[in-house]
Amino acid sequence: MNEPAVLAGPERARPDAPAPPGRPPRRRPSRRRVPLRTRLRRDWQLLAMVAPGFLVLLIFSYLPIAGNVIAFQDYNPYLGDNPWQAFLHSDWIGFGQFQLLFEDPAFWDAFRNTLAITAFQLVFFFPLPILLAITLHNLLSSRLRGLIQTIVYLPHFFSWVLVVTFFVAMLGGAGLLAQSMREAGLQPWNVMTNPDTFIVLVTVEAVWKDVGWGTIVFLAALSTIDQNLYEAAAADGAGRWRRLWHITLPGLRPVIVLLLILRLGDALSVGFEQFLLQRDAVGRQAAEVLDTFVYHFSIATGNYGYGAAAGLFKAVIGLVLILAANRVAHMLGERGIYSKS
Amino acid sequence: MTTLIRRPSGDRSRRPVWQEPPTPVGQGLKAVVLTVLVAGVLFPLWVILVTSLSSRETIARAGGLVVVPRGVDTSAYETIFAGGAVTRALWISTLVTVFGTAIALTVTVLAAYGLSRPGSLGHRWLLAYFLIPFLVYPPLVPRYLVVTGLGLKDTIWALVLPPAISVFNLVVVRGFFQGIPSELLDSARIDGASDFRTLARIVLPLSRAVIAVVGLFYAVSYWNVWFDALLFIDRNDMYPIQRVLQSYLLAGQAPHTSGASSGVTMPPTEAVKMAVVVLTVAPIVAVYPFIQRHFVKGVLIGAVKG
Repeated sequence: MNEPAVLAGPERARPDAPAPPGRPPRRRPSRRRVPLRTRLRRDWQLLAMVAPGFLVLLIFSYLPIAGNVIAFQDYNPYLGDNPWQAFLHSDWIGFGQFQLLFEDPAFWDAFRNTLAITAFQLVFFFPLPILLAITLHNLLSSRLRGLIQTIVYLPHFFSWVLVVTFFVAMLGGAGLLAQSMREAGLQPWNVMTNPDTFIVLVTVEAVWKDVGWGTIVFLAALSTIDQNLYEAAAADGAGRWRRLWHITLPGLRPVIVLLLILRLGDALSVGFEQFLLQRDAVGRQAAEVLDTFVYHFSIATGNYGYGAAAGLFKAVIGLVLILAANRVAHMLGERGIYSKS
Repeated sequence: MTTLIRRPSGDRSRRPVWQEPPTPVGQGLKAVVLTVLVAGVLFPLWVILVTSLSSRETIARAGGLVVVPRGVDTSAYETIFAGGAVTRALWISTLVTVFGTAIALTVTVLAAYGLSRPGSLGHRWLLAYFLIPFLVYPPLVPRYLVVTGLGLKDTIWALVLPPAISVFNLVVVRGFFQGIPSELLDSARIDGASDFRTLARIVLPLSRAVIAVVGLFYAVSYWNVWFDALLFIDRNDMYPIQRVLQSYLLAGQAPHTSGASSGVTMPPTEAVKMAVVVLTVAPIVAVYPFIQRHFVKGVLIGAVKG
């Protein structure tokens, strides 16, 4: 590869980096002996560097997370000049919002839609990057491989507005497909507004956008598989499918498990912008998912406490799911997303 | 027989002798799949580009979108750049992207370096603090109230500041920094260099690839900002480009072009629409190929470790 010379330093250094299984050797003198003041004098610059990021997360992540408490309020934005005052003056009503939420059929519709779409995409989207990565990896010409990679990664960087625009232009009522069907004298069908096939449409869109990008992590894992394994297997008479089954897939297993965990943890969020953009064209029945439900029933209508309750419910379930999935991964002997090392 | 011994980073362009020759069916299938995939990405881009450069007659003859170009007509772009909503939105998006990327890169690189030394004061706590938002997203409604409560509504800061650190990018950069040999950093410290100096003089020059990749990620996410603009930007003269694209192409509103062009013959609306799409895609397509080759290396180091 024609990497710039700058890379030579860290590139060469990397092979010895993962060598020690625990922490890298750059550990500073043991923590407990050194008094706090000495450590402060030694590390204040590091702390100063962390400070801006600390503040950004404090204000825009932790403060909103703490702000979840308005789910237990009858939050009224008009009680005061700004959200802080409104928060202080609003009544606490306990689990009232949740009670309303669980009795709301629209909420359960959104819940069902979300789970259906997650399940559908787990079956019809999740395996595709793996297959594509294996196909790309087996291409012999590295130039062709690089060219294809460059092209298929590209849609990942398009916004959902663009992606939906492309699909409307190609498949919409005034799009290229309808246009050529009309020319051929056929009755054009508009997949962009059909609620029955919406689940297929959003999956195709997601595949179009991210199937290429999804291969990156699998390609990396593939490149770490020892080639001698393949040679030895071939010498022992294993054909290409047996090698795929017994060497390639086991080599990919940790990555597959990791991504499955992350996907399961995100089971209740399916491409928020994607759905928000298409909800009006397709209709609420098919296109309302939990995230869009939160948006439409809070910010769009001013019912903040209700939306916050729905959001909190979703976040708690999501956290439980990801911790459970990680636990299962540990039991299966995989590393999972985090381990206590 | 030298091909039998294959080095990990060796030349992969020859088929190893132990591998059976490909079957015609397999080859054909592979070729079809990859061609469909590549065409699926490039074809819409092509159609949109060609339509944006087509004259009224060409578009009328094609019945909407144009696949085969007939001549070049730049009147759509001239209309857009004569001023109006699209030009302003492009300008605002450029501002958001430039400021946002600069701020986000600074915040991320500093934090990544500050968190790259196990054993420093508060290291474990700080690391946990920075990683938790990866699992627990800021909820929509309280986030909206916080940003509004800070008075950021209808300013570009509402778009720039909240995403100024992405935990994923932080992990990637930190992973890269930890791969830099400690001897280099130790020798700098022995020579009396402060941490800031070490970062600026030793670590950053070695990290151009990863910074390019993470910078691209940030730039793209700022350029693509749409929902935050829906939440926080009510004034339509402050709309970023994605918001304009959405209201114009998906919600079907006419673009507010400046009064100057209203008397002149209007170029075909289909071409103007597609020109807006082209202008939204163009910066990404222009920058991306230069940084793309660093992806696997830059992203991976962090991803595998993280």
